[in-house]
This record gives sequence, structure tokens and C-alpha cells, in this order.
Amino acid sequence: MDTPLTAAGPSQGGHCAPLGGSAAASAASVGALSTAATIRQHLIDPEICIRCNTCEATCPVGAITHDERNYVVRADVCKPCNACIAPCPTGAIDNWRLMPVARAYTIEEQLGWDVLPAELTHDELAAAGVPEIVIDAVAPPPAPSVAADVSGEGVPLDAAHFSSPLPPWSAAHAYTALYGPKAPTIATVTGNFRVTDAGFANDTHHVVLDFGTMPFPVLEGQSIGIVPPGADAAGRPHHARQYSVASPRNGERPGYNNVSLTVKRVTADHQGRAVKGVASNYVCDLKVGDKVQVIGPYGTSFLMPNHPRSNVVMICTGTGSAPMRAMTEWRRRLRLSGKFEGGKLMLFFGARTREELPYFGPLMSLPKDFIDINLAFSRTAGQPKRYVQDLMRERSADLAALLRGADTYVYVCGLRAMEEGVLLALRDAAVAGGLAWEALAAAMRREGRLHLETY
Amino acid sequence: MSAIDYSEKIPNNVNLSQDRTLQRALEHWQPNYLAWWQDMGPEGSRDFDVYLRTAVSVDPSGWAQFGYVKMPDYRWGIFLNPGDADRKIHFGDHIGEPAWQDVPGEHRANLRRIIVTQGDTEPASVEQQRHLGLTAPSQYDLRNLFQVNVEEGRHLWAMVYLLHRFFGRDGREEAEALLERRSGDRDNPRILGAFNEKTPDWLAFFMFTYFTDRDGKFQLCALAESGFDPLARTTKFMLTEEAHHMFVGESGVSRVIQRTCEAMKELRTDDPAQLRAAGVIDLPTIQRYLNFHFSVTIDLFGADQSSNAATFYSTGLKGRYEEGKRTDDHLLKGETYKVLEVRDGHLVEKEVPMLNALNEVLRDDYIKDSVGGVNRWNRVIEKAGLPFRFAVPHKAFHRRIGALAGARIAPDGRVVSDAEWNAKLGEWLPSEGDRAFVASLMGRVVEPGRFANWIAPPAVGINKQPVDFEYVRFN
Repeated sequence: MDTPLTAAGPSQGGHCAPLGGSAAASAASVGALSTAATIRQHLIDPEICIRCNTCEATCPVGAITHDERNYVVRADVCKPCNACIAPCPTGAIDNWRLMPVARAYTIEEQLGWDVLPAELTHDELAAAGVPEIVIDAVAPPPAPSVAADVSGEGVPLDAAHFSSPLPPWSAAHAYTALYGPKAPTIATVTGNFRVTDAGFANDTHHVVLDFGTMPFPVLEGQSIGIVPPGADAAGRPHHARQYSVASPRNGERPGYNNVSLTVKRVTADHQGRAVKGVASNYVCDLKVGDKVQVIGPYGTSFLMPNHPRSNVVMICTGTGSAPMRAMTEWRRRLRLSGKFEGGKLMLFFGARTREELPYFGPLMSLPKDFIDINLAFSRTAGQPKRYVQDLMRERSADLAALLRGADTYVYVCGLRAMEEGVLLALRDAAVAGGLAWEALAAAMRREGRLHLETY
Repeated sequence: MSAIDYSEKIPNNVNLSQDRTLQRALEHWQPNYLAWWQDMGPEGSRDFDVYLRTAVSVDPSGWAQFGYVKMPDYRWGIFLNPGDADRKIHFGDHIGEPAWQDVPGEHRANLRRIIVTQGDTEPASVEQQRHLGLTAPSQYDLRNLFQVNVEEGRHLWAMVYLLHRFFGRDGREEAEALLERRSGDRDNPRILGAFNEKTPDWLAFFMFTYFTDRDGKFQLCALAESGFDPLARTTKFMLTEEAHHMFVGESGVSRVIQRTCEAMKELRTDDPAQLRAAGVIDLPTIQRYLNFHFSVTIDLFGADQSSNAATFYSTGLKGRYEEGKRTDDHLLKGETYKVLEVRDGHLVEKEVPMLNALNEVLRDDYIKDSVGGVNRWNRVIEKAGLPFRFAVPHKAFHRRIGALAGARIAPDGRVVSDAEWNAKLGEWLPSEGDRAFVASLMGRVVEPGRFANWIAPPAVGINKQPVDFEYVRFN
């Protein structure tokens, strides 16, 4: 199985959005918004640091220094290349703060600390002149979204035998088809930035659409249709392309009527022949302020559970990560609220290379006790190919432990080719864990606990 | 930067396959090493899957790879930091000459002695700690113990490589002897005193990793300056691993203190008896452990005046801590340094040639570094709003080596009479009763996320994993 982040990705132009970050989102995404006024400042937690000097000895650019009290990082020298992160024996090294450049902590300030200062709040950042879009991009982590073609070529395969037609019992009610192809609603583009590293064939964008005052309620796992303007060679209007939303139910920015999509620019079809995807190129080239015709929302079963202690297992490749990003982010917001006791989140995410994994930075900054992240890269130079099902087999014991519980919900999204390998790995994990696979799969389907969406 | 060759029996980044004689010698030593690990390594741990860090290369991204490993299958190997072909000796009589890639004949005996002494401490600490797994306060701590153990094992490999590669038959014999000595053995003990002491409980283990592994850090730092380049490169890589060991010690003691402070606030008492009844370790007992481990460890730096130390320095074998960062002439001839002695019932300073006092120089650098962590422990108490503060004892307290050996000096630096010494010893050093009490708390806790009552959970897990992660699978 290959990942859908390849140049030979899905002809309909992938979905996919960032897997959520934390307050410390990647510098890449900040940079992508071309804001020179902020930095993601690297800091060392003086309460956890043991002053072993490993970071200072490791730093290739001499950004780290110390006195008799603290080890500190020079903001203007640190790249940040992360060379110091793994060698740190304590974890004290892995701290980041979004700061206006003018207010970056000096080493003199850092040398005086006994504890790390708190994050600047949204209001403090705004007061310091940091644009809202930067604060939003950095603060809440988005997750990836799934797109499928609504009309014609390649309708998403309903992995009929296993995939459940029903949502989890605790799913929220989903509105569908509020706007159809004959009467689309209009959304305004409020953000568009690249979420894969520049210099690679894979060009994936994070696009934020705002519905203004028009109702457009969506849930994580649902999708929306985008109608590209113009007509095809035969003079017929373009049909809509469907993309999973990458944002949680209360908006890409909480409390706003907006959604985000993650869209990969399609430059080849499934067979690898060069083709310029109409919708994906349209969406990837959108400018802030552009108006877009939107239909939907769609989807009534690929929805997340909402009851306390429910576990979510997410398996995806490339742009199939969009709904996973949405679910992850919703759970992250609930966790921050302190009013919801979430269960375990486990993610298996495949891409060709690290650089082509959308939202790599934000994803890696999620705490491990919040989400158990397993990344498979199939094209890392000098290393054997690793696919999501290889990782699932490695984590078989932990998967089986989750499958054993009636509160575990499994979501699979990505290229159709991944389906079989993933289902076999799930089956083997269950069997190795002493579970009867046929009965388990039937029960999960009946109870809305196993969902596959491939294309 | 060369990658480590895992296709071979002995992982290495030193092109072992190019030197058949050396490879055979090490392949012959390897089964003996594994037999030693089986006999003297962590007791009853053979089939555990432990979430361990393994080096796969010596660059920052490669040397901290985490995954489940059965300890006898740990990839012990030979890793040197990348070399610098233009490196020059930067201290002593050979200053400015190219660093040696081979052992100069005239320094052979001294270098061998330095390497054997360092190498001997590595298996010794594994032996000292081999029973601790049976009383681990949590899975997290058990995993940390095992990480320390396998890395001490790797440090032994590092020294044995040097012995085999550069010291011929003598080196091979010394390498065998490293597997034959036993910590605390009456007939064939380890070379240095502190490595024959028992590590009977986890408070002692944390103190050991904080104080005694920090001695390791300073010795390795001094050797990382060596004019003998393979030794410098080997010890540099060992230092990256050593940092974790000191972390285990500093955070371990800190968590014990934190738990005690919680109990002190809950019970509104500082009465050791009440605190002990509540199942936590009272702060004065922790201070006595500190006094013991600090004083035993500073003896490891050797006699305060030593012609050997002068020779090691002048011949370019062993530098000072951060030699490269110092701005003096790096020859030290004519320089002086103050050492202590007891004269007429008082501790007095006396000036001696610095070259002869280099053990004392390293000891003083070490003391400064140790005090920093003790102050951070005090911050835990301060944060809890309690008045107690820890202090390291005077460096003349409870010494067995050097001019101060056997002197009756209180922790505050006063020279005291035999009578006062004997009367107060129980206040200054852990008594049998203290040790018995601490031992009584040692029960095994193995459920993920649970911790023994006498210790607080850590602030963060290993490798960003949650604290209740399954760090050890017992199978």
C-alpha cells in the first residue's frame, strides 16, 4: 500500500488537513503565514533541567549557554533544528512559547527564572499586535480532513462488509445536504497556507472558509463539497468535489462560523499520468477574500463518539488525516476545558516522508499522554519502507487492549489500497489478543464502532 | 559521521570488521561479558521487555532511539564521537602537538591504569544495583534503573575496546579481570572504595546516581580532554549517556523530598517519628544519606596532593574539567592551589604546587556542581513553604583518602574531639536504624502509573510518554 501523499495521489485532489498542534504549533506554519513579527521561542524549563550540559554540547550553532543557575537559549541564534531535543535526559529542553519578536525573552531574563513563564494569552498576543490569524494558526491544533468526490469519478468506497452504516451511540446529530448543487451557499476564504515542507512534490494546503452569517453546522468526520467555477471541455459546469472538514464542530477558530480543509494539489491521476486536478488546484490557489461555492454538509456515520472515556483509534494516510485532525482537535479542546474525561487516542499515520506529512510540527507537539502517535514513512532514504499496518502490528498488544473494550471506535481513512492491509492488521491484533475477530468485527459494525472511508 | 554497523555481532562505528584480530578478541570477550551480565546484572529481569534508549548512531538524532528491548539483547557496542583530524593536544608538556591516535610507549602504563580504573567502575555499579529491581517504587523508576544498568554495561564495552585495541595482551588480560572482580568481594574487590559500598535501597540509589555518577561525569570530562584521541572521543560519547544517570538521581531525590513535604503539610509536623509512621522519609534522614554519599564520593577524586595527578596532566593524558574553556597557560608550572590540612586542632589552608593538587582542583569543581542540585532540592522545600534546608557537608567531613583521612571534622567544618565525633555520628551519618527504616519502605510497585507512598510521581515521563506508560512489560 502506498500513502496518498504521493505525487500519484488521488485524482480528486485529496483532503487532508493538519493533525492538530498544541499551543506551540510549528514554526513552519507561522512562517507560512509570513509574519515576521512573532517567533516560536525555544526555552528550557528550569524546574526540570538538571544542568547536565548535554544540550549546550549538542547545539550545532552555539545557541545554548548557562551560568551557575540556569541553562538558557539565545532566541536570535536558535534555528531551531531540534538537535538538542532527543539527547536531553529530562525533557526540560522541549518548551516553546509564541512571542512577539520584540518581546522575546532575553537570556538575562531566562537566567533569573525559577519557573517558566506562562504562555501569553490570546488577548496579550493580540494586544502586542500579533495578527489573529497567526494566533489561531498557532494556538489550536487542527486535524486532517477527508475529501471524496461527490459526483462521478471515484465515489468513496463504502467498505461495505466492515464499515458501519451507523454512527456511534453518543455521536452528535449531523445535519446533511443543507445546500445542494442547484443552490450552493457562499463562503469567504480567510486563510490559505502550505502545510507540507517546501521543495517537495507534495503541495498540501490548509484552507480556512468562513460562512459569515449563513448556517453551516458540521461535525468532525463530515465533508463539504466545493464547486469550482467555470465549465469543463464539453461546456458543462464542473461538478462539486468533496473534502472532509479538518476542523472541529465549533470552528477552526473556536466560536467562529468557519471550517478548515486540507487539500493536496493533484498533479497526476491514480495511474501516475500527469493531470491537473481542477478542484484541488482551484482550492490550493485561492486567495484570502475569494468567494467559494459550497454545498453540503455530508456524512452521517463517520462521526466521533462523545461519551466520557470513549477511545478513538485513527488510521490514515496522507490527506486521509483530515477527519482525524478534526476529532483530535475536538478532544484537545475538551481536555483543555477540564470538563470532559476523554479516553485514549491512538493514531497511525502514514506518509512518504516526514517532510510530506502535513502539519508534522503541530502533531509532534501534542503531549503523549493525550494521543499515542505512530508515524510510518514509506520513502525515507536509507530506511526500510514502513506502512501503517507495520506499525499496527508492532503495537498489536496495545491495539488488542483497546479492541477488547466496548468504548473503542476505529476510523480508517486514506487510499483504498490501504484497506486490506489495515483490516488484516486489525484482525491479527485481535486474534493475538485472544479475541474472536468475526464476532468482534460484526459487533463493531452493528454498534457503529468501525468506520472506513477510502477513495 | 559513521553509522553503527548492526550487521555485525558487535555494533560499532569504528570499522571493527577491518581489524580481524581485534574483532576476534572482542568476539571472544563478548560471551564472557554476557555470562557476567547473566550472573551479576539486574536480578530476575531476563525476560522483561523494557522501554529503553539505544544508540543507533552518535549524532543527535540517532543516539536516543526508544523501544522495548529484552536486556540481554541490548545492543552493547562501541561508539566514538566523530574525530577531528587536526586536533592538537591543548595542555601539558606536549601542548600544540597533534593528538595521539596510538598510545605513546612512555605513557602506556599510565594510560592503561587510567582506563582500567574508569572501566572498573562501570560493572561495579551494575553489581551494586542488581537487587534494586525487586523493590522498585514504580515501573517508571524500574525502567530508569535498567537504563542506567545497560548504559554502565556499554561504558564497560567502551573501555574494553580501548584495552583490546591499543594494549595487546596486557589489555586483553585487564579486560578479563574487569569481569572477574566483584563489588564488595573480600578477595577480589572493585578498585575504588565507593564501588564496594552497598546500594541497599532506592534512596541510596538516587544518592549514588546523583553524587557518584557525577564523579563519573567529572572524570569523563577530564578524560575527554586527553591527548590520546580515542580516549577523548570515547568518553565524550559516554558523557551524553551519563547525563541520564544524574537525572535519575537528581529527580529521584527531589521526588522523595516532594513527597515528604506533602506529608509534612498534611500532618502539620516535622517530627521524624510521625513522618516515618506515615510512611515517608523524614528530611534529616535524607540529609544523613546526603552526607554519606557526598563524603564517600569526594574521596574518589584521590589524594589532595598527588604526583600521579601531576604526571597525568603534564604528559597530556588527563586534563582538567573544561580544560578547553580555561584561559591560563595550560602548563600550570609555578601555579599554586590551596589544600586543607589539620594543624593544631584547626583546619587550615596551605598553598601547594597546582600540578600536584589537580585532584583537589577537580574535586572542588565537582563540589560546586553538586551544590547546584542540592539548592534545587531546597527549592522544592521552599515551594512547600517549609523552613528546612539541605546542605552539603564540609569537604573535610568523613574522609578516608588524602591528608584529611580519619580527621574528626564535623559537617560544618569544625574539628571535633573523638568524644563529640562518636556522640554525634548518628546525627551526621545514616545509622543502622535509619537504613532499616528506609529498607522497610522498599516494597515493589509495578502497576503502570502507581508509585510507592514515599515518592512523588515525576513531572514528565520518559521520551514524552505519559507517567502511567507501561515502561516495563513483565511477560
